[in-house]
Parts: sequence; C-alpha cells; structure tokens
Amino acid sequence: MTGFWQPRVGGLLTLALIIAVLPVFLPNAFYFDVVILIGINATICVGLNLLIGYAGQISLGHAGFFGLGAYASAVLTDSAGWPPLLSLLVGAIAIGALAFIVAEPILKLKGHYLAMGTLGLGIIISIALNQEVTITGGPDGMPVATFSVLGWRISDERTWYWIVGGLLLVSTWLTLNLIDSPVGRALRSVHGSEVAAAVTGVDVTRYKVLVFVVSAVLASLSGSLFAHYSGFITPAEAGFGHSIELVTMVVLGGMASTFGAIVGAAILTALPQLLTAFHDFEMLAFGAILMGTMIFMRKGLVPSLIELVKRVRAER
Amino acid sequence: MRNHFRRNIATAAVAALTALGLAVGGTQAAEPIKIGSFLAVTGGASFLGDPEMKTLEMYVEKINESGGVLGRPVTLIAYDSATDAKKALTFVKRLIEQDQVDIIVGGTTTGETMAVIKEVEAAGMPFISLAGAGVIIDPVKKWVFKTPHTDRLAVDKVFRDMTARNLAKVGLFSGAGGFDQSCRKNALELAPTMGIEIVADETHGKGDTDMTPQLTKIKNTEGVEALLYCGFGAPTSIVAKNYKQLGMTIPHYQTHGSASAKFIEGAEGAAEGVRLPAAALLVVDQLSDDHPQKAVASAYKEAYEGRFKDSISTFGGHAYDGLYLAVEAIERAGSTDKEAVRAEIEKTDKFIGVDGIFTMSPEDHMGLDHDSFVMVEVENGTWKLLE
Amino acid sequence: MVAELLQFLFSGVTVGATYALVGLGFAIIYNASQVINFAQGEFVMIAGMSTVTLLNAGIPMPVAILIAVAITIAAGLLLEKLAIEPARDASVVTLIIITIGASIFLRGAAELIWGRGFHSMPAFSGSDPIIIGGAAMLPQSLWVAGATIVIIAVMRWFFTRTLLGKAMLATSYNPLVARLMGINTRFILSLSFGMAAMLGGIAGILIAPISLTYPEVGVMLGLKGFCAAILGGLGNPMGAIAGGLIVGISEALTAGYVSSAYKDAVAFVIILVVLVVMPNGLFGIRGTERV
Repeated sequence: MTGFWQPRVGGLLTLALIIAVLPVFLPNAFYFDVVILIGINATICVGLNLLIGYAGQISLGHAGFFGLGAYASAVLTDSAGWPPLLSLLVGAIAIGALAFIVAEPILKLKGHYLAMGTLGLGIIISIALNQEVTITGGPDGMPVATFSVLGWRISDERTWYWIVGGLLLVSTWLTLNLIDSPVGRALRSVHGSEVAAAVTGVDVTRYKVLVFVVSAVLASLSGSLFAHYSGFITPAEAGFGHSIELVTMVVLGGMASTFGAIVGAAILTALPQLLTAFHDFEMLAFGAILMGTMIFMRKGLVPSLIELVKRVRAER
Repeated sequence: MRNHFRRNIATAAVAALTALGLAVGGTQAAEPIKIGSFLAVTGGASFLGDPEMKTLEMYVEKINESGGVLGRPVTLIAYDSATDAKKALTFVKRLIEQDQVDIIVGGTTTGETMAVIKEVEAAGMPFISLAGAGVIIDPVKKWVFKTPHTDRLAVDKVFRDMTARNLAKVGLFSGAGGFDQSCRKNALELAPTMGIEIVADETHGKGDTDMTPQLTKIKNTEGVEALLYCGFGAPTSIVAKNYKQLGMTIPHYQTHGSASAKFIEGAEGAAEGVRLPAAALLVVDQLSDDHPQKAVASAYKEAYEGRFKDSISTFGGHAYDGLYLAVEAIERAGSTDKEAVRAEIEKTDKFIGVDGIFTMSPEDHMGLDHDSFVMVEVENGTWKLLE
Repeated sequence: MVAELLQFLFSGVTVGATYALVGLGFAIIYNASQVINFAQGEFVMIAGMSTVTLLNAGIPMPVAILIAVAITIAAGLLLEKLAIEPARDASVVTLIIITIGASIFLRGAAELIWGRGFHSMPAFSGSDPIIIGGAAMLPQSLWVAGATIVIIAVMRWFFTRTLLGKAMLATSYNPLVARLMGINTRFILSLSFGMAAMLGGIAGILIAPISLTYPEVGVMLGLKGFCAAILGGLGNPMGAIAGGLIVGISEALTAGYVSSAYKDAVAFVIILVVLVVMPNGLFGIRGTERV
C-alpha cells in the first residue's frame, strides 16, 4: 500500500480524477475543444519530455512527426479508403520506423547540433507536405474523414474528450512506468553524464533511440487523432513554429516532470484564448509572459511550485 | 456608398420606429446584433488579414454611428486566427458556442476557411468567407458564402490577356504560401484549356530575399514568352526588382496579390509595365462616372485611406463586401433568425460592392461575374486601367 | 552556361553573406554564454525598420544608419540586462526559451510601432545592375559583400589583437578560469549581446534594400543564421561566416539546377549530412567532453 501513495501514483490518480470530473465544468463545445487540444498537446509533450527532460536530448522537429501522423491518417483514409483505426496504427508504426532509422545518426549529435539536426528533419518534412500538392493539398490543407470504429462514427466533442483523455492517461501511465523502470534509471544516467553511463555499462545509444521512437510514436498518434477530430489539416501542423511551441510547453511546465509537461501544454494552449482580450497586444503579452515565467521560475512551473511548497513546509 | 448609407439610415429609422412600438411590451429592443469574425491578422497572411480587420472595425463603428441595424447596435467580436487553421476552428467554436454570434464574416485564408466549414454547417451558422479558393463554394454548402473573386478567375483573366497579346508560353513562378500555391495550381489546371503552355514552374521559399536564381532559370527557358508571378507581400516587389536586375524583357504578369500601392513603392521603379488583374477599387479614379461600382469603391478608398493613412489593397475590400452582404441580409430578413438571414444572403440581387456586383443564388454562393476584375498595368508609378 | 552559374553565385554570395552576419551573432553570444539566441533575427528586423522610419523622417542615410544600429545595440543590451542576466544560472534550454519569448515580444512590439505592412529602403548606390560575364549584379550586393569582408577583418583583429577580444575568447573556453584571471565575465556577456545585435543590425540594413523589411523578416533570416553558425561549428566565428556562404550558395545552386521547390530542403539535407559525418560542424572544435 505504501507504493500506492507514491507521489507518482498519486499524481496519476489526480490526473484521472481531473479528467473524470472536468466535463461537469465545461459549459459548451468551445470549452471542450480547448480541453481536447490541451489533451492532444499534453500527450505529445509527455513523450517529448521523456526525450528532453529525462534523456536530455532536445528536439526542435517533433511537429514533423505530429504532422506526418496527421497526414498519414488523412491520406490513408481519404485516398486509399482505409478504415481510420488501421490508418492510425499503420501511420504510427511507419513513423516509429522512420524515427528508428533516423535516430541513430541524429542522436549521435550533441546539444545544439542535435537541435539543428532535429530542426532540419522537421523542416524537410514540412516542406515535403507543402510541396506535394497532389497528395496533401499543399498549404491550403486537406479534409479528413470522420473517425469511426466498426461503424461507430465519432464526431461530437464529448466523445472526443473521452478518447483524448484516455490516450493522455494511458501515455502518462506508460511514461511514468518507463521512468521508474531500469530503462528510466539508465535514461537519467544518460542525462547526467553520457560518458559515465557508458562506462558503467549502460547502452546509451539504445536507450536514446528507444525514447526517441516512443516520443515520435506518441506525436504521431496525437497527430492522427487531431486530424480526425478537427476534420481538416494544413502543413502548418508540421511547421517549425509548432515544434518550438511543443518544446516551450515542456520547458515552461518543467523539464523532467511528466505532470509539468501536461501543465505546460494546458497553459500554452489556453493562453491565446485568454489573451484575446488584449487585441493588438496579444503577441507582446505572450512573449512577456513566456520570458517572465522562465526568468522567475527557471525550472519550470511545476518543479518550482513543488520546491516552494516544500520550502514553506520546512519553515513551519 | 452614400446611397447605400442613406438606405441604411432609412431602414434603420423604420426599424427603430417598429422597435420602439414593440419596446413598450418587450425589453429586448436594443439587444446588439453580434457579428463574429476570425482573421489572419498576424502570421503568414497578415498582409491580407490586417486590412480586413481594419475595414471591419471601421465600418461596424460607422454602422453604429448611423443608428445600427434594425435599430439595434452592432457588436463586432473578432479574433486573430494567426494564419493557423487549428486556431481558426477553435475561434469559430468560441464564436458559435460562447459568444453566440448571429453571423460570421471572416476566414482570411482558404485553409482557415475550409477548416471551419464542417462546424458552421453543423451549427447552422451563416458564414461569409473572405478567402480565395473555389472549393469553398464549389460544391455549394448551405451555410457558406464568399466574397472575393476565386483565384481561378484571376488566372483566367491573366491568360485571356496573354492570349490577346499572342503570348502562349508562360514561365510560372510562385511563393510557398496558400494563396501563392492555389494560384499556381489553378494556372497549371487552366493553361491547357486556354491554349497556354507552362514552360517553367518555379517556386521560392518563405522569407526568401533574392529570387534571381529562379528568374534566371525562367529567363533561359527555351521559348518562354511571358512571366506570371503568384504571390503577395514583399516578394512581389522583390520579383519585380530581380526581373529588372536580370534585364528581362518578356511581359511580366502578377496577380491581385500584388494589387497594392506598396508593391509599386517597394519595387522602386521596377514595377513599370507589370500587368495584373485587380478589383475596380484599385483604379477607382479612372472609372467612368457611370460605372456602377464607382460610388461604393471611391467612398471605401477615401474612408480607409483617410482613417489609416495607409494605401488600400484588394483584401480590405473583401471584408467590406462581406460585412454589407451580411448587414443587408439581416435588414431584409427583419431579424437575426439564422435560416432567414441565410436565405436572404442567397437572394442577394445586384448588391454593389467593392469587389464587384453580387447576385447570389442557391447554385452560386459567390455571385460575382467575370467582369468584376479589371486588368491594370503599372505606368509612371501608378495603376493604369487597361481595356 | 557560365553566365548562368555566375548569376547563381552572385545570388548565393549576397544571401549567404547575410546569413553569415546573422550567424556570426549567434556564434558570439554562444561563446560568451552557451546560449542560442533565437531573437537574433529580430535584430535584423529592428535595424531595417528603424532605418526606414528615420529615412522617412527626412534624416540623411548615413546618420539614419548610425542611429538605427545604435537602437539595435540598445535592444540587444536591454535584452541581456532584463532577460538573460536575471536568469544567468538557469539551464541552457531555459535560456533558449527566454530568447524565444523575447523574439515573440520584439515582433509584437514591432507590429505595434510600425504596423504589419512591408517597407522599402533605397539602395545605397542606385539599382542599376552591373553586368559581369553576362550575369547581372546589383550594386547593393557589392555593399553586402564588401561590408561582410570588412567585418570579418575587424572581427579577426578584435579577437586576436585586442585585450578585450582575447578576454572574450578566454571566457568562451572556460568562464570560471576567466573570472579567476580577473576578467569581468558579466561585462563580456553584455558586450557579446551588444556585438551580436550590432552585427544583426548591420546585416538588416545591408539587406533591406534587397529584401524589403517587415516585422516577420527576421524569422527566416534568424533560422538560416542559426544553420550557418551550426554548420560552421558553433562558437567558431569564422566557421559561421563559411557556414553562411555555404548555405546561401547551395540554396542558389539548388534553386538554379535542381528544384526551386525543394531549395530549402536541400540546404537542410546538406547540413544534416555534414553533421552526421562531422558532428561538430565543419570547423568546430572536436573537444573532449567534460565528464
């Protein structure tokens, strides 16, 4: 029973509780939409955080995997006439394979060189999606069929809420388990010092590749679901701007904190909706908030707040 | 437009009187009419979305100064969708569910518009799009209308002009954005049907600063007789400058994306001789006084340039037309009942707008005729009306 | 054929020189702080927009340029003082996110001050092309290339011959030791942002007559500058110059000979291949990793 009350398990339960209760407080489809987008972004960020926060490998190209997943679903259901669920799975496997192939050469790079490598990869994907007009519809985007499983068509926000909520919960659970497993410990040692990890017998490359593939697959799954949910996608989803947004979510929420990644995704997804009140000052305010938060909460929101709580408790 | 306003005021007065009569019993007399909008004010298409937003804001203000619509004030609820289809969809859900607007006029780009169609159709929300592609209204969607000429119409106009000058082999050059690529796609599709051969097809990237390699390639293409550039914003001027730099002499065409005084200014003399299709708005001073659009277009030009100290572009005009199509339909419907308003938009008959004269029908949700574009040429640093 | 190649090279060198100047800014800031400054492209934009505004106000070109560069340097110093300095001991990724916030902030400010439209700036010495070997070059390209050569020379002199330059290099090798040697590393940090802003600003003013200027103009230039700095080997100023020229020329040649649609993609493929073969860039220091 003591293991049950580990903070991680407690966190998972809290997340499940929030997902279960939240719909009561959402008055209409618009709120559902924002929360669904938060869920989709959070799922990507949970995976990305594994890569950035735990393995210490930055990726500035993850939107590429998200975009590929979205287009795999769109193209396979639309042009090839495949059922959505099959398209989603095939897309995820193909993108996982792609990530596996590029992982080894790319993850040899360190620090900012790795950032550049992943950035280049993302931009190449984005350019291809923009240019292959006959397949993707070009910059104007393409429509995506309604998601259906065995004849059950899913189009309303409420059902989507439960699907996305479920995916987020499962990915979080998997991620937390991965972190607590020997793999996770190996990963943290990679983050601490790759050389030291290698010397003590950790197969550094294998773990880095594993995490890279897991994060790419989660991004691809999120992309597929997003495509079916919104019913329309454009190559902007795979763009550099979106990649940066994802990294920002992870760092803002707090690196090496799975719940931090979720909080970061929630804040950065909801913020533009709150900032509409500022009209022309929207960008200014967004930039200022981003800078301010990172200056005053350097470790990100969640770790900084946990530290604060601990300090207050200790003072008592 | 003066006419237009007078009519507005008259209807407003009538409506106000009726409302006054009703108000004795009811309390909802002055409940505002909510017009929702989402525009690409920032991001890649801000060159289009910014004048659209300014136009909507200015004219909603003017409408309220002259007594509102149906005696009710008009509230504009507008969001910046930042040239992002995902944001556009969320904002449309917000407009429909949260703000409960009566009608939506917006959607700067084709991507943003296409992303929201499913939602507005499901909600039964009248929607007038300001984006260019034909797919928006073809096939016809019950609740979706649009104001601008389709991109295809622009390319059609250019090709007609080329044919008249015996130019058949065209070097095509386009930017990377949605507007640019839609124009390119239409050019590639239309060319064979109009006896035009595309002999070169080049593209430049977002934010490129020098296009001489692509233009060199077009210049050296065997038998090329004309250049058509598809794009908007700063690249239009860069292309004109690079064209001059390379000493190119083949006739140079651009599209309505370049129909802004900024293009001529930015090209610093290199825009001389460039031909493009544009709304009559651009050459309003040169229209004969009996041209049906003259009054509307010159009033718009005067109002916009006076207010913002900025030259007009074709794009702000789309917003003007969208707004007044909506307002007039609401006036004719006598209420903001969505089905009634939708039906009235569809019945729009000879509405004189900035983009042209609109006559809609259940089969045509744009309602612009081919004559609404005019060909213009840059001469002595300004636009000259051809034909 | 030769004329065609020459034409592509002219374009590549002009554009590449701009990338190089922006990349140099990345390298200098990286050396002093290990930070990748994603607001580097915004310096390009601020300088271009300021110059246009000053010219429109009737101020003569040389004075306008000096004031615009001063404004840009001020922006760089303010960025360092208000956003980087207070988060000095934060992790590198945190600092990167701060600079991303800064770039969004600066673009937002520019849109408020100057509007969202684009502006043109007259070329320094006319726009009549110079014909060399059948290829046409704008006089402005000579300005860009010439200014870049002068800057390279000045930078070389600064880093190898002046005490301050040597102090900057020392700081980049080992900040702690540098501090122990009595180098004011805090001042070096400010200086690096000032210098990077100046270089970005000069690039912005040189390119403005060619590219025109608008609030978003720095986004892609900043990204390409980052590519240049990485390709050349991060922290190697001369590598950044070489990287910029390589990216610019390969873009022009790809657009000319291969496919203009995949021009940018090809440039990135080249960078990826180079990095896979040489993980520290072309001229990066293959240093031992600190354990």
